[in-house]
Amino acid sequence: MSSNGPNENNQRHTIGVLVENQPGVLARVAGLFSGRGFNIESLTVAETNEPGMSRITLVTTGDQHIVEQIIKQLNKLINVIKVIEFRNMEFVEREMALIKVKAEKQSRAEILRIVDIFRAKVVDVSPYSYIIEVTGDEGKISAILELLNQFGILELARTGKAAMARGKKEYGKKGLPHKIVTREQETVDE
Amino acid sequence: MKLTGAQIFFECLKREGVDVIFGYPGGAVLDIYHEMSNHNIKHILVRHEQGAAHAADGYARASGKVGVCLVTSGPGATNTVTGIATAYMDSVPMVVFTGQVPTHLIGNDAFQEVDITGITRPCTKHNYLVKDVRDLARVIREAFYLARSGRPGPVLVDLPKNVIQAVTNFVYPETVNLRGYRPTIEPHKGQVKRAAQAIRKAKRPVIYAGGGVIHSGASEELRKLAEILQIPVTTTLMGLGGFPATLKKGTKEFHPLWMGMLGMHGTYCANMAVSNCDLLFAIGARFDDRVTGKVEAFAPNATIIHIDVDPTSISKNVIVDIPIVGDCKRTLQYLISLFEEEPIHELKEKRRSWLEQIDEWKRAHPLTYKQEGNVIKPQFVVEKLYELSKGDAVITTEVGQNQMWTAQFYHFNEPRTLITSGGLGTMGYGFPAAIGAQVARPDKLVIDIAGDGSIQMNIQELVTAVCNELPVKIAILNNGYLGMVRQWQELFYNKNYCQTCLSASPDFVKLAEAYGAVGLKAVTPEEVEPVIKRALETPKTVIMEFVVDKEEGVYPMVPAGKPINEMLLV
Ligand SMILES: Cc1ncc(C[n+]2csc(CCOP(=O)(O)OP(=O)(O)O)c2C)c(N)n1
Ligand SMILES: [Mg+2]
Repeated sequence: MSSNGPNENNQRHTIGVLVENQPGVLARVAGLFSGRGFNIESLTVAETNEPGMSRITLVTTGDQHIVEQIIKQLNKLINVIKVIEFRNMEFVEREMALIKVKAEKQSRAEILRIVDIFRAKVVDVSPYSYIIEVTGDEGKISAILELLNQFGILELARTGKAAMARGKKEYGKKGLPHKIVTREQETVDE
Repeated sequence: MKLTGAQIFFECLKREGVDVIFGYPGGAVLDIYHEMSNHNIKHILVRHEQGAAHAADGYARASGKVGVCLVTSGPGATNTVTGIATAYMDSVPMVVFTGQVPTHLIGNDAFQEVDITGITRPCTKHNYLVKDVRDLARVIREAFYLARSGRPGPVLVDLPKNVIQAVTNFVYPETVNLRGYRPTIEPHKGQVKRAAQAIRKAKRPVIYAGGGVIHSGASEELRKLAEILQIPVTTTLMGLGGFPATLKKGTKEFHPLWMGMLGMHGTYCANMAVSNCDLLFAIGARFDDRVTGKVEAFAPNATIIHIDVDPTSISKNVIVDIPIVGDCKRTLQYLISLFEEEPIHELKEKRRSWLEQIDEWKRAHPLTYKQEGNVIKPQFVVEKLYELSKGDAVITTEVGQNQMWTAQFYHFNEPRTLITSGGLGTMGYGFPAAIGAQVARPDKLVIDIAGDGSIQMNIQELVTAVCNELPVKIAILNNGYLGMVRQWQELFYNKNYCQTCLSASPDFVKLAEAYGAVGLKAVTPEEVEPVIKRALETPKTVIMEFVVDKEEGVYPMVPAGKPINEMLLV
């Protein structure tokens, strides 16, 4: 039933984690995954528009049961304010990649055409190479990588995914309940 | 009011209701020790920091209060790690204060520097490094709140020396504001109603209760619910004492609904009942592998209800049908009110055949052992301890066979009377925990039921007990072996007793005397009772050494990974 090992039902899941910007918070999240044998495919983190709060977007694999456990374990971390599972909802997912590709004289035109089709950008040019910046979902990034492969990819830096639900809901702004405990409540709780 | 960090430390502890600290000084915490005599707080000086952590833990388990421990940086801090992990696995509320090198030296590999928040991240509920004295009061307030609320656990607070020396305006925060922490105490009423429906339908229900019942103070509610619904009860090791084993303390008049502990060394009846029930009601338990055996075969035909304050415990190992996140006590109270409003019709009739079956299992294979020859059986010692202490002691244990025989042959009627390392299984836990328990319950008889191996892991604390006039009793079941490991070698490794024979042991009587305690020894069965009686009459720290059958085993036993109805019996 429970196993953290590979499983045929393994699926990719994107999870957003709003965290308090405390020292060690990234280590807590990363340590949770390594300590409990969960997978991380990618992880991005940066501050949000609210001071003191950062947002982690991570992509993990596992069956439904494992992902549920991951979400519960993340929620259990004291510095985690909210966990957003991007499932059964409309959401936008983007990643940026910097690709250094070999660009000899005879291939430059072809590369630029590909860049154009993907609405990517050339951000650095040297006599023998380009650096291309491309943003998109996973499908788009792998498609351009596949096309550029024939020219020789010299270096690749990908940011990992950032994700956000479509529509109005604002996570982490006013809609978010602040968890405040008073002494009175506390004695009731115990 | 301008105060130093050290002064703030004591002001906060006072406000948290702390009356005792278990600790050991060193350079990084000298400012705190220097300040100590100005405050009305007791400090128990242990002889090893692991002892401080276990003693604080034993104090917490015996009293229900937060245990506090204070140690220096570096090795002082690392020595507490086993104690912290032990408390974490068993959800014990504890705050551990560690000294740290001054903030400007952190990261420089300074003398006695260690990244203790990094080391303890996976074995604390939360931890803090205080970098600014202005945060100190808030952090201490949060640490205590976190330790005791929700699912309790240890919290570590790392205190750099310059922070403790710095001065600031002291304001004790009246509220705790933790955005990411709000444990669910009140259960979802709809879920509780669903649980009640399932219980109404059940023909063969079983209650499986764990340590959560004790943490939430729900043992009275558990007894009441079981009785009004006539549901037989088993508990985990951590749940012992959460349901009264007997109708009268010190006797063997068992509560008719009590089946004993379940799991690897559980009773035949409890394991059979769980394997055959159609409804399993898990209360504050976490389906540990020592309980479930092979998970696929655990309560295979049952609807499972599970109450737990920690959502991560629910459907972690075994998928449950009716999860209820909430405090055990609150949930049981609500459930009881539902059944009081609308009792189950013809309950007696409904339960008859199931309870008869339970009794049959009890009769078929009760817990027992074979007395042969003139050698002391360890189970006999535990039975005698139970009888002569009238079932009214606080018992701690070490780990191994001694622990399992205690769980089987001492009968617990009240919560917080069995204090044992369940989750981590820490040898060397029992004795320092007994010291903490005795500090928490000065009026009580406290006995550590020990093995000859385990007791040597924190034996240095004898002097702590003696100096502080703590009349803790230690009963060593001396089998000359790391008995539990030897039992595994006997059963699963061809009797290859590699490195489990403790051929050389100290003379425990002389050892007790060397530390200023009293040492007693029994070699034959007739000597057992007089030795225990003398120990109980002696208002001092006493070691009782019982030279017991070397190769006695703990039975029943479910081999690891097997279904729990496949037991090796006596
Ligand atoms: C710190 C620690 N080290 C090792 C073990 C593994 N272990 C479990 S039981 C046991 C034997 C304990 O021997 P003893 O204290 O004599 O108890 P007995 O089983 O003989 O009653 C050992 C070594 C452990 N649980 N804890
Ligand atoms: Mg032994």
